Amino acid sequence: MTSSRQGNRNRVTLRRTLITLLVLLVALVIVVGAASLLGSERLPVSNSLCALTTLGTRQCGLTSDQFDILFQIRLPRILLAAAVGGSLATAGASYQALLRNPLAEPYLLGVSNGAAVGTMLALLFFGSLEWSRPLMAFAGALVATLAVYRLARGRVGATPERLILAGVIVTTFLSSVIVFVTTLMDATRIRSFTFWLLGDLSGANTSLLPVPIAVAIIGAIILTLNARSLNLLMLGERDAFDLGVEVGRVRMTIFLVASLLVGSSVAASGSVGYVGLVVPHLTRLSVGSDNRITIPSATIGGALFVIIADTIARTVIAPRELPVGAITALIGAPLFIYLLKRV
Amino acid sequence: MLEARDLTIKYGHRTAVDNVSMSLEPGVVTAVIGPNGAGKSTLLRSLNGSLMPNSGTIHLNEKPLAKFSRRAIAKQITVVAQEAELRFPVTVLEYVLGGRFVWVNSTTWGWESEHDLQVAESVLAATELRDLSSRMMNELSGGERQRAVLARALATEAPILLLDEPTANLDLSHQATLLGLVRERCNTQSCSALVITHDVNLAAQFADIILLMKAGKVVKAGTTKQVLVPDLLREVFSVDVLVDAHPISGVPRVTPVH
Repeated sequence: MTSSRQGNRNRVTLRRTLITLLVLLVALVIVVGAASLLGSERLPVSNSLCALTTLGTRQCGLTSDQFDILFQIRLPRILLAAAVGGSLATAGASYQALLRNPLAEPYLLGVSNGAAVGTMLALLFFGSLEWSRPLMAFAGALVATLAVYRLARGRVGATPERLILAGVIVTTFLSSVIVFVTTLMDATRIRSFTFWLLGDLSGANTSLLPVPIAVAIIGAIILTLNARSLNLLMLGERDAFDLGVEVGRVRMTIFLVASLLVGSSVAASGSVGYVGLVVPHLTRLSVGSDNRITIPSATIGGALFVIIADTIARTVIAPRELPVGAITALIGAPLFIYLLKRV
Repeated sequence: MLEARDLTIKYGHRTAVDNVSMSLEPGVVTAVIGPNGAGKSTLLRSLNGSLMPNSGTIHLNEKPLAKFSRRAIAKQITVVAQEAELRFPVTVLEYVLGGRFVWVNSTTWGWESEHDLQVAESVLAATELRDLSSRMMNELSGGERQRAVLARALATEAPILLLDEPTANLDLSHQATLLGLVRERCNTQSCSALVITHDVNLAAQFADIILLMKAGKVVKAGTTKQVLVPDLLREVFSVDVLVDAHPISGVPRVTPVH
């Protein structure tokens, strides 16, 4: 067998992508089921599974309290966790490819903080309008992204080092804005707000739940459709342009969609850190760096990661809860150090 | 066919390309020589639409270049850069398949078809990279990597090749192999090529037409024998040269005299 055939065999194909995604989806369904059984209130396993498989159309012998815990509390929270994880991991994978920087991540780039400031302003000024939060979060994320991108662009273009430095500048600046606005709040709100800033999924049961879910799915699809352009952009903008990539249009699409993903997840759950860094890295290590497989795999992988992290967050010291962001950072930081050492 | 007329390109107040006219005909290899800062790369970058000229026109197959989409240009014109941009690890095969970008469409769900793979295989064979196709690009030697850059450009199957100092990082034998491949391609598939090089003798060996540039202007355009004459070269490079005939090929041979 010639080596060129072998290179071909290792290549990512449509078939391999579909199989990978199918496996991940099966894993997602299993994890959603398992996570909905775990919690401070024990639910009967077979009855709950029966109710879950009928999508809540039948009660399957659960008491109405148990039924409500399952469908009004746990499932919405798990779905939100999936949406937030999927959004952040997809955005992270896309930022990394677009900015040609394996360290690019919504949290490190200040995009999450931008969205947080947007959400805070929406809470302060349009508190009664629920829709204002995701919209302002999106605007905040977009402004932060563009600010970092502009700051990072020197005479020789945006080097990875400049980008991270620009991210640090924007992050710290926005952090001080957040502190400033927080001190204007009353004491009871400060606590819940600090919790939210660290990433908190307990606000799941709202009428807005379909928004982050829809944004995550649509965003992942749009970014996957741009994956082939990203494959070339990832190597270098000049060469991508020469090979026929409409660099300006693709860059704008990625910035907009990634900001939308981060904005919607921050508005729903605060800044859950490290998801956008750890999940795409693990994905690339296991399925390779072809974005046609990396991006959709990272979406499902991110959903899995945050569901598991949030299940730990709400069970480990039950009935009290930890913010999910604390768990993702606890898992993420050591994992990232390990990844850095391998590279 | 690619034709530029009265092209002027400025960076701020500095004029990089000054009223240049030229054309690339099928089957013809054109070399651009000239000292640093003569505007060679700027000229090349404008020919595929990377840089907008301040004045003048560029026509691709008798239609203004500005009327073509990015994809349509990339199907006709391919660029071989001095070095590959490699910010993430990819295999040689994946890298070369990047050249098929504009040809892959929704009929294969955005994935490369059998034909795309065959094209990649054949250019890998032509550039003697078959055995390295599953290796990572960043593990290759400079010469191997530069061959992969050429392979990707050839994989686009574009009839017009623009090469920006493609041999700058190569040793003697690989310089000749790489340009030999381009030469052969232009002979057999009547593609046209523009090669920027600092090696006057390499230009003499492989080019049909030489464009001699200085300070943004074309000092002389013509066959190797017309352009490679001592007076012109002294004027452009400010160095005395001896020009004789290459003992084997008979093409002009330029030796600086200090």
